[in-house]
Amino acid sequence: MRVEQRRNLTGWAFLIPAALLIALMNFWPMIQAFILSLKTGRGRRLDFAEPLWYNYQRLFADEIFLLTVQNTFIYLIVQVPIMLVLALILANLLNDRRLRFRGMWRTAIFLPCAVGLVSYSLVFRTLFANDGFINDFLMGLHLIDSPINWLGQTGTARLVIILGLLWRWTGYNMVFYLAALQNLDNSTLEAARIDGAGPFKTFWYVTIPQLRPIILLTAIMSTNGTIQLFDESWNLTQGGPAYTSMTMSHYLFELSFQKNPNFGYAAALSYAILLMVAVLAFIQMKVGDKRD
Amino acid sequence: MTRTLRRVPGYLFLTVAAILSVFPLYFMVVSATNTSQDVLDSRLLPGSHLIENFNTLVGSQDVGSAMSHSAVNAIATTALALVVCSIAGYGFEVFHSRGKDTMMSILLLAMMIPFAATMIPLFQLFAELDMVNSTFAVILPAISTPFLILLFRQASRSFPHEIIEAARIDGLGELSIFGRIYLPTMRSTYAAAAVITFMTAWNNFLWPKVILVNNDYQTMPMLISNIRAGYVTDYGMLMLAVLLASLPAVVVFLLLQRSFANGITGAIK
Repeated sequence: MRVEQRRNLTGWAFLIPAALLIALMNFWPMIQAFILSLKTGRGRRLDFAEPLWYNYQRLFADEIFLLTVQNTFIYLIVQVPIMLVLALILANLLNDRRLRFRGMWRTAIFLPCAVGLVSYSLVFRTLFANDGFINDFLMGLHLIDSPINWLGQTGTARLVIILGLLWRWTGYNMVFYLAALQNLDNSTLEAARIDGAGPFKTFWYVTIPQLRPIILLTAIMSTNGTIQLFDESWNLTQGGPAYTSMTMSHYLFELSFQKNPNFGYAAALSYAILLMVAVLAFIQMKVGDKRD
Repeated sequence: MTRTLRRVPGYLFLTVAAILSVFPLYFMVVSATNTSQDVLDSRLLPGSHLIENFNTLVGSQDVGSAMSHSAVNAIATTALALVVCSIAGYGFEVFHSRGKDTMMSILLLAMMIPFAATMIPLFQLFAELDMVNSTFAVILPAISTPFLILLFRQASRSFPHEIIEAARIDGLGELSIFGRIYLPTMRSTYAAAAVITFMTAWNNFLWPKVILVNNDYQTMPMLISNIRAGYVTDYGMLMLAVLLASLPAVVVFLLLQRSFANGITGAIK
């Protein structure tokens, strides 16, 4: 065997364990889930449905499913843009070399990323309890007269989840922007300054266009994460009141592992989630890649 | 003077953001030392009930077992993921070929598969193998991730190929080159990968919840989630449990913050 051939084979040997594991733990179950989504029945006794797409038909008539889709998209549409704008502003402020205590600000704003999703959900649940800190605080400021039942009402329950997500993920995205800002071509900023552009104009016309790839990446990651939201729905609001803050993954878990598991129907739901992730990523790539 | 004034809004914004970021954690730590009634009375000063809360907690929950399950899962996942993914990332870059590039693009597709879409068949697979409730089933899906492979592949780009050539001429085998030359020089990449993997594994909730059916095997996130499911909540005890569940990941983060930041952004450079 020639040297190059042998090296090529050695290379394959190096990456085969990782590739096999991904095939077995990601691609194979993905295909299995599709086959499963065409079957019906309870527990282990599953047969192909008549018609084959029966479970998918059922999804469109399932009011709880449609509600969880709506909830998830409310989180997505409200939270992701606010978070990314906040992260951009914070990153731009922190990128200033003349800023004092940069390390301290950075650590403080980045810190929520270290906290597990279940942990922060339970802290938020305690803060927003009926007789919890937030109500005491707002009443102390005379902003409200009586305690708000944050987790017991649809609008406020959704709001608390959105606030939680903003708290947990803004610093995370900020770090991506900070890394990108530090690699920015400084001469372009200099040129803008010499041409007399103020800080806002420079930020909007010079910095943002150069950050476009990274903004696209963070948008795709955040969308992907929000569509799969589970821990917050389960621990913070428990999906309530009456399913109005429940996410798709939370409903999927209920269908799969509680009371009478229906794996076929649950698999169809999981494919709806898969499809949404794929379509949204595709749209964002199309929009984000547009060249001026 | 005007220059200083112009910077006031910036500092104000950062101050508000920093306070909002840190406050929930401060609240958690302080509440762990207060009674449930103190927490509901919004006491924001450290109290003297830490020991009492601790005794209530360990009296009603098997914290020691949950801590050790979490630790074993997180450490085993991290160790195995680092070995498997770094070898693969090295293989993709150093033994670069067109076929491997195609393979990498295929593996990257796995990043877009939501966990929801693989969860049920994975559960069925481990049930069939009679491995529900096993550590093996918890960690196996988390060992090989496209993200870590990409991280190591990108980092390998800056590793000088001349060194590898020189080592080959000296008669070193490919595996020794990886173990003795590449591995020690890539310490910072390993640190970054370790921090991310450990924190993700420690905090993971959904998959352990699915596959660890028996509560005897539960992890810390599962334990604290189950406390809140009870009827009466002892908030002081709950916040102490949450603090204990958060502590390992937070400590790792505070010690290796730069590695963490390099890790999450490293794969895209």
